[in-house]
Amino acid sequence: MDMLQPISGVPALVAMVGKVLAVFTATMLVVAYTTLAERKISAWIQDRSGPNRVGPWGLLQPIADGIKNFLKEETMPATANRFWFVAGPMLSITPALVTIAVVPFAAPLPTPWGVVDMIVADIPIGILYILALSSLGVYGLVLSGWSSNNKYAFLGGLRASAQMVSYEVALGLSLVSVLMLAGNVTLTQVVWQQQEMGFWFAFPLSLGFILFLISAFAETNRLPFDMPEAESELVTGYHTEYSSMKFSMFFIAEYSHMLTASALMATLFFGGWDLPGAWDNAFWHEGMLIAGFDAAGAPILAQPAWWKTLLTLAGFGLKTVFFLFLYIWVRWTLPRFRYDQVMSLGWKVMLPTALAYVMVVSATVLVLDLLEVSYGFTFGLVLTLVSGLCTVAFLFFLDSDRIISGASVPYRQDRPVRMPVTQVDAGAPGLSGD
Amino acid sequence: MSGSYAPLLILFGVSILNAVGIAVATHIVNPRRPTPQKDMPYESGMIPLGDTRERFSVKFYMVAISFIVFDLETIFLVPWAVGMRGLGWGGFVAMSLFVVVLTLGLVYEWKKGGLEWD
Repeated sequence: MDMLQPISGVPALVAMVGKVLAVFTATMLVVAYTTLAERKISAWIQDRSGPNRVGPWGLLQPIADGIKNFLKEETMPATANRFWFVAGPMLSITPALVTIAVVPFAAPLPTPWGVVDMIVADIPIGILYILALSSLGVYGLVLSGWSSNNKYAFLGGLRASAQMVSYEVALGLSLVSVLMLAGNVTLTQVVWQQQEMGFWFAFPLSLGFILFLISAFAETNRLPFDMPEAESELVTGYHTEYSSMKFSMFFIAEYSHMLTASALMATLFFGGWDLPGAWDNAFWHEGMLIAGFDAAGAPILAQPAWWKTLLTLAGFGLKTVFFLFLYIWVRWTLPRFRYDQVMSLGWKVMLPTALAYVMVVSATVLVLDLLEVSYGFTFGLVLTLVSGLCTVAFLFFLDSDRIISGASVPYRQDRPVRMPVTQVDAGAPGLSGD
Repeated sequence: MSGSYAPLLILFGVSILNAVGIAVATHIVNPRRPTPQKDMPYESGMIPLGDTRERFSVKFYMVAISFIVFDLETIFLVPWAVGMRGLGWGGFVAMSLFVVVLTLGLVYEWKKGGLEWD
């Protein structure tokens, strides 16, 4: 029994520092190898070899890139604002690296000194901390864009700020539906509620997941939402003037944002470290590590084990890596949006849909409570059906092309007016009719 | 178990040290050979015309204002969402009124053209 107490005293301090350093190192390593994976996967998609000269299969490429960037000359425009030019990359990289701290990454690990939670900081504000820090990241972008005194960089910074604040609203609203089912803002509780329900939230909250996925792509400035650094329009946007390690810092920031977003998608909608089945369930409930409740409502104690921790860690890693792969896959699949399309998608589609979805989910949950359906499999099944209907309706509506105009000519402006045949120049490449 | 904020402080410390360390180290290590051309902002090889700090489109301000309204709405929704099942239908009706009022605002802004980007 005393094995199942939370760790305390000096071992707890050691565990805390160890976890911080381990997560920080892991983040940097994953970021480094995601850059290689991106190049390898893009090569694979485009049917070429990709980097394969530095080390076996190019595995030492990120290290070579790092050394190269370290030794390259740093440039700074003479007209730049020196202080903010230097501070910009730091403001960008710091929030990017600390956001992952509230994500639980494995089942609790039993040690001779007590049970160690596999999370850096299980703070009571959980999701709110993530929302706060993800919006801090925009300061780095907009300040570095402004301080460069370069028109491309400035426009990139402005675009970044407008785009990120627009999609943050939809991101926050899609999280609200998760909070309704979790009943708490800590991510450990979100994972636990998914274990309790027997459903990963991606099913009962399918539309919420789709909204979160789209907003996460926009928040990380990845294709198809990479307007702030659209090469064909803005050189490279807000980091046009940056070279050497200052450029690398923006790069690390972008990739660790991707990592955090992937880890969040895995945690909020795909059970986090939870694997199918109840064997790995574990949650701190009134000082006891429990695996669930029996029919009478009495808690069942959990049986933590090191192999369960390892397996769940691997499961969490796999889910996160899948979403990182999805990021890269989408990048080489979809073309870039136009900026007005980005903004109308954010304000005219995502925001109203997310608002309506919040109300639909809350009404469904309250009706289920009224019918005294207990929180569990049936509960999840009904929500899955309702959300599935919403998702189909949403995708059908998006596909109808009414809100986001496809061409430079505003859509269907020419439809109501039937042009007389005599006025149509048969030789001209026509915008008339489609 | 809800833990303390101490590990976050350590992680913040490590991250800030990392950022400052990279900046200082590169400043020491790498060469600096400025030329007038190199010190110019890169605007596709053109000599920059005029200063960047000029007026820019009002639409970005519009987005910022809309953001404040709807981000605050999200934050008001969070406590209700967490306590929703305890608050029951009373809470639902109250929140529906709140959402309807804000939706009316959104519709008004939309019809006024505040969300148009062209």
